[in-house]
Amino acid sequence: MRMDLLSLLERDAKLTAGEIAVRLGVSEEDVKKEIETLEREQIICGYGAFVNWKRVDNEHLTALIEVRVTPSRGKGFKGIAERIYRFDEVKAVYLMSGAYDLAVIIEGRTLNEVAEFVSDKLSPLESVLSTATHFVLNKFKDHGIVFDGQDLSDERMIVSP
Amino acid sequence: MSSFVSQTIKDLPPSGIRKFFDVAAEMEDVVSLGVGEPDFVTPWHIREEAIFSLEQRHTMYTSNAGMSELRDEISRYMSDRFGLQYNPNSQVLVTVGASEGIDIALRAIINPGDEVLVVEPCFVSYNPCVLMAGGVAVSVPTKAENDFRVTADDIRDKITPKTKAVMLCYPNNPTGAILEHDDLDKIAALLREHEIVVISDEIYAELTYGDDPHTSIASFAGMYEKTIVINGFSKAFAMTGWRLGFVCGPSELMEAMAKIHQYIIMCAPTIAQYGGLEALKNGMPDVEAMRKEYDGRRRYMLDEFCKMGIDCFEARGAFYLFPSIKKFGMGSEEFCRRLLNEQRLAVVPGTAFGACGDGYIRCSYAYSIDSIKEALLRLRKFI
Repeated sequence: MRMDLLSLLERDAKLTAGEIAVRLGVSEEDVKKEIETLEREQIICGYGAFVNWKRVDNEHLTALIEVRVTPSRGKGFKGIAERIYRFDEVKAVYLMSGAYDLAVIIEGRTLNEVAEFVSDKLSPLESVLSTATHFVLNKFKDHGIVFDGQDLSDERMIVSP
Repeated sequence: MSSFVSQTIKDLPPSGIRKFFDVAAEMEDVVSLGVGEPDFVTPWHIREEAIFSLEQRHTMYTSNAGMSELRDEISRYMSDRFGLQYNPNSQVLVTVGASEGIDIALRAIINPGDEVLVVEPCFVSYNPCVLMAGGVAVSVPTKAENDFRVTADDIRDKITPKTKAVMLCYPNNPTGAILEHDDLDKIAALLREHEIVVISDEIYAELTYGDDPHTSIASFAGMYEKTIVINGFSKAFAMTGWRLGFVCGPSELMEAMAKIHQYIIMCAPTIAQYGGLEALKNGMPDVEAMRKEYDGRRRYMLDEFCKMGIDCFEARGAFYLFPSIKKFGMGSEEFCRRLLNEQRLAVVPGTAFGACGDGYIRCSYAYSIDSIKEALLRLRKFI
């Protein structure tokens, strides 16, 4: 049940335990218990809505910053990753293979705000060697959801054998 | 000009679904549970591979039986999924949908006046195809108290010296019924004693819910030699519009079918064959994902019927439920007509699939949960 429950919730966190129970053919009680366990074990780490911010807020800005760092003795990349993700504007931090070490996704209101974050907070960190900031111009698809313009009309005939 | 039309065709009854569709198509704001095809679009990697085949200039005929790579994959698939061994060179024929398979299987075996047992309710084309092939269709009705599973006794009752074949379709359209190992075992035991061909339409094989996967009647002792298995890509891979199916069976029958196929079809569309090849090679995870999604909707719809007080057996195949509407004091057609006119909800009367479907309606769950919710809301208002 665990995997099926997770994939249902990943697509639609609004499903009630009752609805999930019907669709998986298990008891509502079992679903509730499993969700509690998954939350306790931090397999489910949170719930939220996928928002297409551009539709309500033109000044919403996302940037991806490539960061090269020196890992610290004992803590590896984790120490510096922690230093970075503590900032609220940082939405995601990934350790990457390839030409740089950390991919940092940040959200801000203006270009200036992002620039200040990089120059005042990120770059001065001792173990940060270099940064390269890329601004997101448009989001076409995020978290598996296509923003704007996906044609969901049903082209099928109304009745067919 | 009607005097020019052949008597056989004149005598064919018009499809019950067609009549219904014409009415529904004229209306606005219609919600439907009436379709017999997946709501999913063909997975992108399959579409992409078909597009690539065009870029690679694969626009010519393939060999009559279908591309050899595709027949190899079909052979492997039949072995992996159903434990059936078919030689890709002589026992696999790629067809224009399972529909062509049904037609050529019947034409390959029927002599004028031969009787074909058609297990009903069934897909709308079986009876017309038997008639057009010059055969006599003999209805084998199934019963709600058996959850619409055909039994060996049902079949035995209809066997005569003229019986040439029996047509089975499980998982079933329109009822969603399946046959389990024990059911098939008894039917196989009966058919072993008779010189009867089995035409087994297994187009919904992948859409079987529950612990046990689909079992083909061809996998029972003595059945392989007399069974024509029809399958295809439409339902499992959401590829209805591609018109791609296949037929497997004993060599002698395959040879006869290939003869018809080569004259009337030449070969299945090349672009579709490339799509089908990709589907079998890399599409099984898609099939499983869609199957799970259907299964969730199936449970949801069953649960809602139960809450509404509508009687419905737990169908474990295809993407249909076949609830009884007998308690509402109307026949299937009246029920559906009024449901359409009063609530703008289209479902298909059970009678479209055979006389024994009266008192039932076919509800498809090849729709998003939201669409199903809206449809069931209208059904609830209606009853």
